Amino acid sequence: MAKTAKITVDGKTYEVDATKNLLEVCLSLKLDLPYFCWHPAMGSVGACRQCAVKKFRDENDKVGKLFMACMEPIVDGMIISIQDAEAKEFRKGVIEWLMTNHPHDCPVCDEGGECHLQDMTVMTGHDYRRYRFKKRTYKNQYLGPFINHEMNRCIQCYRCVRYYRDYAGGKDFDVFGVHNTVYFGRHEDGVLENEFSGNLVEVCPTGVFTDKTLGKHYTRKWDQTYAPSICVHCSVGCNTIAAERYGLLRRVQSRYNGEVNGYFLCDRGRFGYEFVNSPKRIRKPLRKNKETRQFEELGSEDALKYIRKLLSDSKRIIGIGSARASLESNFTLLSFVEKQNFYWGESDRNIQLIQKQYDILRNGPARTPSLRDIEKCDVVIVLGEDLTNTAPMIALALRQSVRQEPVQSATPYRIPHWQDQAVRELTQDEKGPIFIATPLATRLDEISETYRAAADDIARLGFMVANSFSDRSPLVSGATDEQKKLSGKISEALKKAKRPLIIAGPSLQSEAVIEAAANIANAMITSGKTCELCFTVPEVNSMGMAMMDITHQGIESAFEALKNKPADTLIILENDLYRRAEEQAVDSFLGKFKNVIVLDYLENSTSLKADAVLSSGSFAESDGTFVNNEGRAQRFYQVYDAGENIKESWRWLRDIMLNSGLHEFGKWKILSDFTNALSKAMPVFDGINNITPPPGFRIAGEKIPREPFRYSGRTAMFANKSVHEPKPPEDIDSPLSFTMEGYRGKPPSSIIPFFWSPGWNSQQAINKYQIEIGGALHGGDPGKRLIEPKSGKTPAFFTKIPQAFSPRNGDWFVVPVYHIFGSEELSVNAPGINELTPKPYVMISSEDAGSLGLTSEKQIELEAQGKTYSLPAKLNLGLPKGLIGIPKGLPGMPEIKTGSWVRLKMG
Amino acid sequence: MLLSNLRTIWLTFLHLFRKAVTIEYPEEKEKLPARWRGRIVLTRDPDGQERCVACYLCAVACPVDCISLQATQDETGRRYPEFFRINFSRCIFCGFCEEACPTYAIQLTPEYEMSEYVRQNMVYEKEHLLINGPGKYHDYNFYRVSGLAIGGKAKGEAMNEDPPVDLRSLLP
Repeated sequence: MAKTAKITVDGKTYEVDATKNLLEVCLSLKLDLPYFCWHPAMGSVGACRQCAVKKFRDENDKVGKLFMACMEPIVDGMIISIQDAEAKEFRKGVIEWLMTNHPHDCPVCDEGGECHLQDMTVMTGHDYRRYRFKKRTYKNQYLGPFINHEMNRCIQCYRCVRYYRDYAGGKDFDVFGVHNTVYFGRHEDGVLENEFSGNLVEVCPTGVFTDKTLGKHYTRKWDQTYAPSICVHCSVGCNTIAAERYGLLRRVQSRYNGEVNGYFLCDRGRFGYEFVNSPKRIRKPLRKNKETRQFEELGSEDALKYIRKLLSDSKRIIGIGSARASLESNFTLLSFVEKQNFYWGESDRNIQLIQKQYDILRNGPARTPSLRDIEKCDVVIVLGEDLTNTAPMIALALRQSVRQEPVQSATPYRIPHWQDQAVRELTQDEKGPIFIATPLATRLDEISETYRAAADDIARLGFMVANSFSDRSPLVSGATDEQKKLSGKISEALKKAKRPLIIAGPSLQSEAVIEAAANIANAMITSGKTCELCFTVPEVNSMGMAMMDITHQGIESAFEALKNKPADTLIILENDLYRRAEEQAVDSFLGKFKNVIVLDYLENSTSLKADAVLSSGSFAESDGTFVNNEGRAQRFYQVYDAGENIKESWRWLRDIMLNSGLHEFGKWKILSDFTNALSKAMPVFDGINNITPPPGFRIAGEKIPREPFRYSGRTAMFANKSVHEPKPPEDIDSPLSFTMEGYRGKPPSSIIPFFWSPGWNSQQAINKYQIEIGGALHGGDPGKRLIEPKSGKTPAFFTKIPQAFSPRNGDWFVVPVYHIFGSEELSVNAPGINELTPKPYVMISSEDAGSLGLTSEKQIELEAQGKTYSLPAKLNLGLPKGLIGIPKGLPGMPEIKTGSWVRLKMG
Repeated sequence: MLLSNLRTIWLTFLHLFRKAVTIEYPEEKEKLPARWRGRIVLTRDPDGQERCVACYLCAVACPVDCISLQATQDETGRRYPEFFRINFSRCIFCGFCEEACPTYAIQLTPEYEMSEYVRQNMVYEKEHLLINGPGKYHDYNFYRVSGLAIGGKAKGEAMNEDPPVDLRSLLP
């Protein structure tokens, strides 16, 4: 606490943080004070008048005055009353006004049972509508596949607009109308453009914005089974709550982690979960019939027997791991096939890049920031990453970091920083310095200074900045005037920065970009400044794979190695090889094996080629550990028991090992046995066995229940199958139980299945789980950082500066285009995400298109790697000459290598 | 002492000529009051549509957790239960579900003959529960009161509602 003060609330004196407002302080003290318009991430505007309290001048003042708690700075010796009769009456009156037009909808409203408005109405005691006149109504809008709009329910708190426009930087949503008829929506029906629109569901205190995907299989909050989970759709590792009922995953919500995602999630993370319910799910082990080449379903025992038969006559087994599988699963496969036969199922090129990033973070002096740290940085340089599409939540964090510098200008005027409206009025559109260098326009361009260039030129710019801080970073010769001007500007901004940050990643497949980013950070630190360095990685556990003690060889190496030393059995762990390498190469690779065994949860091109498929659990049916791009190890837990046919990959692999006579692995029984073995075998993972309480952990002798205590229908849920109720499944791997029985207080922060507190049924109950509002959870934010900077050592500088990019006549250089909806393998199987996924295309700069006489949507023939593809063209204004944008990972899009040269023919 | 015994015998003898309280069940059936808490039914609104909007309040109110359902909606946005199941082998006929129901859909009736030889037959699905009338409450129609638009009722057409706001108007 920076500055403390003593305040008296209802006769009790507390010592509190003086930099906060009164409402935050009261909530931090766990006092119940109703509010609507205030949100911990967005500050105060004092619009709803709901948090009124009595403030007294001194001890002798018995009358007092009403004040809005959210607008009151803390003053030492302050005397206030929440329970004062007049204050209570006032708050009740405010709710009564808000409710005059609120429809009689609760039974058919998806917010019902987790509604902040319901909670606050009950809290203030308003229970009867005295207003006899007609209710105001609105027409709703279609807002896309994610969000349902029901404007009648609105109480005009303005949180949605403040979140969407001010916090998330959206443009296509606003408030319309006048006086008593204001309207929150788009100018016309249409899909919300912002990639973080899903948070409206949690930001709206009532049911105006609800989760449309949940609405399709609606279940009330009290009826869902929850587990603490980790988002699997990018490398940021946002904490989520996943919910299930009747064996169907129902929704994903944000799980507050003060260091990582805070209150929010991106739309891919929130709505991508539906892949778990996809018809492409593999729900039973499969065996390919040798004659008919069709898959036959097997029971779990039969499957293991069949695999034993396959393995019994194999001489050499190759294992291919995956960055979307947990550390435990990869480690178990590694233990089975041994290090020399284990390949990381990623392209060699990507592995080099990820490995380089890890080495820089491990050996360098720059710290890797958490998402919360990124929000606090005041000068940011992004090299080569389109963050909105590769690591969306970092993009949202950057929208906060550009406010860091302007907000400081409020201090001399003595405006507290939580005074949101006043601060925004003062700072207007002022933005802190942020520089983004990418080949293509990004969504963050509107808040940043941009540089459009090929990867090599981006790297050169980075090296120029590094050189301005330290001579040990090499001088770039032959820089253009634009580069000189921009690098000078960047250096100027970095010199003034209090907390600078460099962001880079492997997206452009350029080592030089990564090296340039490292050089800037190293140069700044050697010149006595601070600098943080953030790298994105392609998948949820890519950083974990980089940290593992494996040979770090990829798919192509596996292809090569097989030529020299044949093997007969291949085990592929949660990986679609066709996304990693060229089709023909994978075909011939798979063809060389007698047996191909795949462990996966979604049918894909690789699983279709397998001889046996084991039905692995997705994140919702598995326990495990992921390491995010920050190097933070985080645990995710199984949400529900999916029966004996769906098991965690590590459990399947253990069973295979036991079946093959490797009895020493019999002692690996539960998750913690695997995690302990991993941290013992690889000291870099030391401590990951302690990031969550051990499976034997109990509070007052009880487990932590995954279900709220109001969970309903237990004696009827399965009564259609048998009236005799089954024994509830047991969880041997964790201190969580699959039922509603257990400890009803607040669990340790790393195993919070859902947020709830008496009287607080909505997500706003998070307030009760935090030490201080907006700060860490009680017991510390979950996860353990595994990478810390090496200080004291002089860092090594990279010296190889790439040549400037020069366009070739008639050839085009491939740069990747990433899409938040479509580029990621799993989420694209969710119907909502799929709807927003673009069709395959190629992107050409308008300039080049002009010289080719090309118009938008016209088919062009593209010649790459000896093949010709016909694709529609998309024109792009900012793309530098000579580059061609190829979307990555879209369904139906051929894999064209980034960094290769292609030829165009007009169709 | 003797007198008291004789008096008792006399009184008992007199009861021979009183009207019998017991009835010859099952030949003869007792008519129970309308608010008797017997067999549970799902009713329809005056328009003949299912009253249940699948709000889950009965399920959560049930002290023995014997009600389970799944909400779904038709193409016009009207919510109804995809399935609705009561396990009567668990039901204690407390009537909490009826009290919790915001639409008068679930009602307890005076019918009490529900015994079965096979316990599995005590599990009632929606087809066994849904009746063709409004039950004890004849007039109530939830969707005419709520603000949600459904087929045949657009915004502003419910009871006590103004027509939808015209956002282009600047008039006070």
